[in-house]
Amino acid sequence: MATTREHLTIHDAGAMSADLAIETRGLRKVYGDVVAVEDLTLSVLQGEVFGFLGPNGAGKSTTVKMLTGLVRPTSGHARLLGRKLGDRQAKRQIGYLPELFRFHDWLTAREFLDVHGRLAGMSREERQARIPEALELVGLAGREDDRLRTFSKGMQQRAGLAQALLHRPRLVFLDEPTSALDPIGRRIVRDVIRQLRASGVTVFLNSHLLSEVEMVCDRVAILNRGVVVAAGRLDELRPQGVSVSLRLGGWNDAVAAVVQEFGALDAHEDLGAGVALISVQLPAEEVVAGLVDRLVAAGAAIYEVTPRRETLEELFVSLVDQTDGMDVGR
Amino acid sequence: MMPLLIARLTLQEAVRRKLVWVVLLLSAVFIVLYIYGFRVVVDDVEAFNAQRGGAPREIIPREVQLSVMVMLGLWTVNFLAGVMTIFAAVGAISSEIEAGTLHVIATKPLSRWEIIAGKYFGFLAMIVIYIGLMFASVIATARLVGDYTPPNMLTGLALMVLVSTILLSLTMLGSTIFSTMANGVVVFMLYGLALTGGLVEQIGTSLDNDTMIRLGVASSILVPSDAMWKLASYKVQPAIAVSFTGPNPFGTIVPPSDLAVRYAIFYCIAIVLASVFVFQRRDI
Repeated sequence: MATTREHLTIHDAGAMSADLAIETRGLRKVYGDVVAVEDLTLSVLQGEVFGFLGPNGAGKSTTVKMLTGLVRPTSGHARLLGRKLGDRQAKRQIGYLPELFRFHDWLTAREFLDVHGRLAGMSREERQARIPEALELVGLAGREDDRLRTFSKGMQQRAGLAQALLHRPRLVFLDEPTSALDPIGRRIVRDVIRQLRASGVTVFLNSHLLSEVEMVCDRVAILNRGVVVAAGRLDELRPQGVSVSLRLGGWNDAVAAVVQEFGALDAHEDLGAGVALISVQLPAEEVVAGLVDRLVAAGAAIYEVTPRRETLEELFVSLVDQTDGMDVGR
Repeated sequence: MMPLLIARLTLQEAVRRKLVWVVLLLSAVFIVLYIYGFRVVVDDVEAFNAQRGGAPREIIPREVQLSVMVMLGLWTVNFLAGVMTIFAAVGAISSEIEAGTLHVIATKPLSRWEIIAGKYFGFLAMIVIYIGLMFASVIATARLVGDYTPPNMLTGLALMVLVSTILLSLTMLGSTIFSTMANGVVVFMLYGLALTGGLVEQIGTSLDNDTMIRLGVASSILVPSDAMWKLASYKVQPAIAVSFTGPNPFGTIVPPSDLAVRYAIFYCIAIVLASVFVFQRRDI
C-alpha cells in the first residue's frame, strides 16, 4: 500500500484509474472576474482520509461544490469513483456535509434522516435499521423525535453528519465538519472519521483546523488562491530531520566538536557557569540517543533534551506566505 | 418517485410552517362575510320585487343580480388564490439556495428536473385543493342562500386553476433566476401588468379604441392569467348576465378563444421547461 501511495503524487496526471476515489485535471471555476479555483489537479485514493487545507477563501468549498455537482466547473475534468461528475451512480455513493449546514428544521431528526435516506435511494427496511445507528454514531440517540429547530448548532451539525453517513457512502465530503462543535463534538467527529477509514470509506476533509487534520489525515493538499501549493503525505511534507534543543553543563570545545559531528549547530547561548543552551539540526529523531551518549562520554551534563518537529501549522503558514508573496500567474 | 417525495416535502412544509392554516383561517373569514353579503342581496331583491307587487318584468332580473354576486365571489377567490400561489412559491428554489437547505438535497442521486417537478406538483396540489374548496363554498352559498346555480361550473373551475397555474409557473421560473425578494417584486409586477392589461382591454372595448385593445392582447400574451380569468367568468355567467353587465373589470363580453386556452397551457409547459433549463445550469 505504501509503495502505491508514494508514486501517486498529487500532480500525477496519469491515466484515469478505477482505484481513485477522486481525480481532477485542470479543474477551474471563475465567478465573473473572480477566480475561485485556478487549476486543480489532484488524486485521492480510495480508502484514504484526505485533508484539503487552505486559508479562508482559498477555494476549498468551491472545489467540494464542484465535485458534489452543486457548481459547474468553468473548465477541466473530474471523476468521482471512476465516473464523471453528476453521474447518478456516483452520487448514490457519496455523502456530503456542507460547510453551511442548514436543513429543513421543521422536521424531527428521524424524519430528516428518513427523507434523506429516501433521497439517497434506501429502502424502508434499510432506513429503519440504519437511522438509529447513525444517530447513535453522532451522539444524538434519544433526540430522534425532536424537531431540528430545537437543536443547538452543534447538534444540527452532527445531525448533518448522520445524514452524510446514513446510506453507507464510499466517499464522504466533510466541509469544515467541526465548525460548530465543542471539544466533545470534535472528538466524536474524529472518531467517526477513524471508523470510516477502518471500514474503507474515503474521506475528503475540508478544514482550516490543522491540528485536527494532523490527527486523522493520511495525505493532505494545501490550497491557496485556488492553486495547490503543496500535497503529499504528512511526513513527506514536513521537512526531514528534527531540531533538538539541549541544555547542558560542562560546555567546552570538545563537547562542541561532538555536537558538530552529528549536525549543524543552529544556536548557542551561554547561560553561565559552563551551562549552555544549544539547538542542533539532526537528520532523524533516532540519532538523538547516540548524541546524548557521546555528550555524556565527553563529560557534559545533560539537563534537558527537547526534539522539535516542524508542525503542519508552520508549514502551512510558510507556504501560504510564500504564495501570497509571489504572483501566482493571474 | 423522487418528484413525489419532493412534492410531499413541499406540502408538509406548508402545513408545518402554518402557511396552510393561516390561509384557511382567513379564507373562512371571507366565506362567512360572503354568505352574509349574499343573504343581504337576496333579501333586497325579494323585498324590492315584493314592493313592485309582482310586476311582470323586473328592472334587473334576479338571475343577473345573483350572477353578479357569484362573479364577485369567484373573482375574490381567484385573486386570493393568485396571491397565495405567488407567496407560497416565491422562494421555491431561491430561498432553499439562500438558506442552504438545497445543498444536501441536490447532491443526492436525483436530477434537478425532479426537484422542480416535485415542488411544482406540490404547489399545484395546494392550488387545486384550495381553489376547489373555495369555489365549492361560493357555489354552495349561491345555491343554498339564493337558490341559484351558475352554468359551466367545471369549466370555470378548471380555468381558475389554470390562472393560478400560470402564476405558479412564472413564480417557479423566477425563483430559479432571482433572489426570493427580487422574484416577489418581478412576479407581482407581472401579475399587476396582467390585471391592468385586462382592464385596459375592457375599457378599449367600451370606447371602441383599437390601441387599448391591442395593448390588452399584448399583456395577455405576456401573462395570460387575466385572459383565462375573463374566460372563466364568461363561462359561469348566463348569457343574459353577460349582456346586462357589459364590459367590466371582472368580466368581458368578448371571451378569449380556445386558441387562447391552448396558448395558456403551452405557456405553462414552456415556462416550467425554462425553469428546469435555468436550474440545471445554476450554481448552488
